[in-house]
Amino acid sequence: MRVLKHPILGDDERERDAHILVDGKPVAAVTGEPIAAALLAVGIRKFRVTPRFGSPRGLFCGIGRCTDCVMTVDGQPNVRTCVTPVKDGMVVTTQAGLGKWEEEP
Amino acid sequence: MNNGVKYTGIPSEEELLASPGVPSAERLTQGPVAYIECVQEIPCNPCEEACPFGAIFVGEPITNLPVLKGEACTGCGACIAKCPGLAIFKVHLNYTGTTSLVEFPYEYSPLPRKGDRVPCADRTGDHVTDGRVVSVRNARANDGTAVVGVEVPKAFCLTVRTLCRKEYRRDG
Amino acid sequence: MRKTQAAVIGAGPAGLAAAIEIARAGGSVTVIDENAKPGGQLFKQIHKFFGSRDHRAGVRGIHIGEQLLAETRELNVEILLDSPVYALFADRTVGYIHDGKEGSLKAEKIIIAAGAAENILAFPGSTLPGVMGAGAAQTMINVHRVLPGKKILMIGSGNVGLIVSYQLMQAGADVAALIEAAPRIGGYGVHAAKIRRAGVPIYLSHTVKGVLGTDQVEAVEIVELDSRWQPLAGSEKILAVDTLCLAVGLTPLTELAWLAGCEFAFVPGLGGHVPKHDLNMETTVPGVFIAGDISGVEEASTAMEEGRLAGTACAEALGLLDGPKAGELKAVIRQRLDALRTGPFGEGRRKAKESLIGLSGEGRS
Repeated sequence: MRVLKHPILGDDERERDAHILVDGKPVAAVTGEPIAAALLAVGIRKFRVTPRFGSPRGLFCGIGRCTDCVMTVDGQPNVRTCVTPVKDGMVVTTQAGLGKWEEEP
Repeated sequence: MNNGVKYTGIPSEEELLASPGVPSAERLTQGPVAYIECVQEIPCNPCEEACPFGAIFVGEPITNLPVLKGEACTGCGACIAKCPGLAIFKVHLNYTGTTSLVEFPYEYSPLPRKGDRVPCADRTGDHVTDGRVVSVRNARANDGTAVVGVEVPKAFCLTVRTLCRKEYRRDG
Repeated sequence: MRKTQAAVIGAGPAGLAAAIEIARAGGSVTVIDENAKPGGQLFKQIHKFFGSRDHRAGVRGIHIGEQLLAETRELNVEILLDSPVYALFADRTVGYIHDGKEGSLKAEKIIIAAGAAENILAFPGSTLPGVMGAGAAQTMINVHRVLPGKKILMIGSGNVGLIVSYQLMQAGADVAALIEAAPRIGGYGVHAAKIRRAGVPIYLSHTVKGVLGTDQVEAVEIVELDSRWQPLAGSEKILAVDTLCLAVGLTPLTELAWLAGCEFAFVPGLGGHVPKHDLNMETTVPGVFIAGDISGVEEASTAMEEGRLAGTACAEALGLLDGPKAGELKAVIRQRLDALRTGPFGEGRRKAKESLIGLSGEGRS
């Protein structure tokens, strides 16, 4: 959920100008905001599942240190979504385990 | 039973009475006055500079609890929005024959509107009475710290300190 | 290879304040930070700071950040962003990565102002989506304007837990409760009073037993602790929340100081292993200074003052300020630092800092 009105920060007037795909579904986001923020804004909190037990993981430290939030972005796995900015046209997928590079045979 | 602010998050009756920022019972009957609920020594003194009448004294070291000089305080309320801890209020015990006025800092949205009937809360956040909003000031210089004044039954003058968040919801 | 007189690692309040002092003294200074934006943690601090006018009391952290950045722009301080530092060589060359390529910055003096990171608590269910650091939640609401959840349980009653609970409510979330394992509230009473007024209960001597949920947090089980910090059987309570924020302390980010060969001391009151430093904020490695949370977890106000102190000492070491002038400036800064380290909350930090400096030797003053 986006915080559109705030007693100290005022109104959020940013345009949702970046159109990205998350697991094939279109999501409108703000260019430059962290991918994790765009996902949280639409209520998506499960970003990946672990390799061995398939346990769900999501945002944890928020500063790019713990790697709990990684997803596969534009074909590249293990992208830290809390510190990677959204670009129009990005393709984001819930990562299974360690992920796969798309170019691999 | 430990009941000070360090255990409950709420300054106890004893802590408030012992605090030099709380006006005397006599001063409370003499018009609007600041009510400073600052009971721990923290390095902090914007309240001293905020008062245009020199009615608040902190001095050195800046951990001193603020001293309210009741005779100098006119109840103008300028200090309310200046306290970074949101610990300063204004009370006017004898606002009318049956009601008191309580002004408090408020940093949530939406802000109430003048004339609204609102659920009022004490320091625990419990809804203790209803009140009527008499004033809402949100001066730019106070950078988002609005000051809301509510008229409440006299018995609640020293207990009401905010709007009841659990029950106060207004859209828009 | 870039060259500079002073390399400041970290563009938070300590790093920016240090760079400003060096630039004011006429030195060339480059600030380098791994983040996309400068300011460190300042831009999520939307509350008003304490202290005195000299400490910018009454000003919101975000505006203090803006003021610092404006000063760096006026003084033409170079700030390299998106540039994580991975190496500090013996000749004071800083190795960093930018845009996938290696870079080097050769400096005469280095100030490490890398800050601190949140601690983690492990318990059943702690890995579920919805369990996060309080700082992570704060960044999401105050910088990115998104709610990480709707119904929150906060763990930790230090200033971070108390303040972030308040800010979560300002952002529109519901804070169901704040729990604290100790038998007393750790942070300022005024911060606790704000959340109590909003109806948030504070449960002392409570900790988390486990988190329930399949794909994310659905409920949290808390349990009371006895006077020996042991769980009291039968005291369990289940709270229906969707988010659990951990505000359980910070630990200095000291990797670069270890790499540089600095000697350390273990000071619990400062957050753990911290590099030894003298009254000038210089470590045991000549020419390497530290400032801010890396030298002991405190607050933004002390970080800025330590930054000024390190910057001034650094400028002196570079020959940009003569002894007497530097001495004057440093005395004023140390007074402001002392003012922040007094009272029941500051005393402990002052003593911890004094013990750290004592272990390092007095150094030049």
